[in-house]
Amino acid sequence: MPAQKTSQTTWTLITIASILVAVLLLWEGLKSFSRASEYALALPWGGTLDLSNFNNQQLPHLGDIFGAFLEPAQRNGPPLYVILFRASLFTLSEAVAGFVLGSLLGFVLAVIFTHSSLLQRGLLPYVIASQTIPILAIAPMVVVWMRQLDLTALAVPVIAAYLTFFPVTIYTLRGLTSVSPLQLELMQSYAATRLQILVKLRIPNALPQMFTALKISATASVVGAIIGELPSGIQDGLGGAILNFNQYYVQSPPRLWATIVAAALVGMLFFGAVVLAERLIVRWQVKA
Amino acid sequence: MIISVENMTKKFRGSDGLTVHALDHVNLQIQQGEFVSLIGPSGCGKSTLLRVIADLIEPTEGRVLVNGKPAPQARKDRDYGFVFQSATLYDWRTVLQNVELPLEIMGFPRTMRQARAREMLRLVELGDFEGKYPYQLSGGMQQRVSIARALAFEPKILLMDEPFGALDEMTRERMNNELLNIWAKLGVTCIFVTHSIPEAVYLSTRVVVMSPRPGRIAEVIDVPLQQPRGTDTRDHDDYFHIQSRVRSALREGSGEAADSRRLREGIGG
Ligand SMILES: Nc1ncnc2c1ncn2[C@@H]1O[C@H](COP(=O)(O)OP(=O)(O)O)[C@@H](O)[C@H]1O
Ligand SMILES: [Mg+2]
Repeated sequence: MPAQKTSQTTWTLITIASILVAVLLLWEGLKSFSRASEYALALPWGGTLDLSNFNNQQLPHLGDIFGAFLEPAQRNGPPLYVILFRASLFTLSEAVAGFVLGSLLGFVLAVIFTHSSLLQRGLLPYVIASQTIPILAIAPMVVVWMRQLDLTALAVPVIAAYLTFFPVTIYTLRGLTSVSPLQLELMQSYAATRLQILVKLRIPNALPQMFTALKISATASVVGAIIGELPSGIQDGLGGAILNFNQYYVQSPPRLWATIVAAALVGMLFFGAVVLAERLIVRWQVKA
Repeated sequence: MIISVENMTKKFRGSDGLTVHALDHVNLQIQQGEFVSLIGPSGCGKSTLLRVIADLIEPTEGRVLVNGKPAPQARKDRDYGFVFQSATLYDWRTVLQNVELPLEIMGFPRTMRQARAREMLRLVELGDFEGKYPYQLSGGMQQRVSIARALAFEPKILLMDEPFGALDEMTRERMNNELLNIWAKLGVTCIFVTHSIPEAVYLSTRVVVMSPRPGRIAEVIDVPLQQPRGTDTRDHDDYFHIQSRVRSALREGSGEAADSRRLREGIGG
């Protein structure tokens, strides 16, 4: 069994690495092919295909993107990777705060809905409606409200939480309510209280589904934090960096691409942390 | 007298709006320390009777008394241990933790819980499996864990709804003997639902034969076979005689139901 697991992990890593190499080869291959054909491909049936999307301005060389990490972003400033590392930490901490806020809210809503079908019917439509409003429309208002409440530091976490509470509510609700009738009767036969049924039966039963939601929320909270930074005028995070390097894109395209790479890494790191927590906590095997 | 079912009727309102008459004016008295089996065709209300006794559902009419107190009070006093057809173990708990579950809910201190749970696991001969998870056990072992769990808090009454229905014949016979050992050792009162005539006769001091539509007690048959039961019991003439009495009571029970149906249809037509 452990040997089998090891070889499985090895194969996973080999697959991930191969796909990465394939993407890199495709990226550079398309670029050199486009350059060789001078960014225009004559089609056999007449006309030409515009390949200018693959020029160095639109799609920088991979070497240039990774090189950009090492070069200073400003004259006499620290290298870009230092700036991006600090920005990533800042955004990650906002995302984690939003993730915690959103997950707590989602969990509390699910527990309420589990115990009151009236509140579930009354409130759930608003919860769903909240997710149809684009986050870009909500974010500036949240910033203003939080400023008025003297809670400016909470603006970005609240925006991130807005994106994360929904999957947690839906999946946790499903997990809390999908206990088998016999298991409920077992609890009744012990004259267990509602709280005991919640803690000893419903919540453990919901954990696998809750982790599914938390994995979605982890990546969504990073997106939420980055988007939240834009209207708040926060300069210290990845959102600020994206805005900034976007302005100077013409001078140096690789910097924006490097920032995108950093944002993706932050999301994957957070996702990985949730997966790790899941492995540690959900150690049982659910009956088929 | 420990359990007294008095004039009890249970009707369900089905999802189609029609009323299902699951039990009709059932009367049953059970003494302390008895082993009573309920047997009858599917849908005759065996599970319903068990669940009304355990106060998992309310009767439509009549009442259930346990040592003179109403069933809801008995449930609050933790008088019932319930074993279902499937083991209903919690996937996320080890074997030991599963047996500890009722003790946790009843607020026993941790060390006492573990000691008690280990004792119960030894009783069902699963002492070496306390650290395993349910998915690592066979069906028979899971059902033994669920019996240990039902006994852990020393309930006065053990209610079992076809607990061995899903097991193969060999395992079933072994489980029957184990159950009888436990019953003799703990002096607990057992009510046991089964589809198997030999199993009912082998285990019980009395067999309650039920008939369907509406669920009724057709006949109660005493089983005066010698205690403790064992291989000798299975060879005894009376063992077979009582089985054929149960069999004919079952046949009569369903025959009667068919007769009355014919009668009703005759009147209607
Ligand atoms: N919760 C319920 N709702 C509606 N009908 C039920 C319910 N539980 C049982 N019944 C009906 O009551 C009758 C007796 O069921 P049950 O006690 O499960 O029978 P048995 O255990 O003897 O097979 C059946 O006709 C069954 O369909
Ligand atoms: Mg049944």
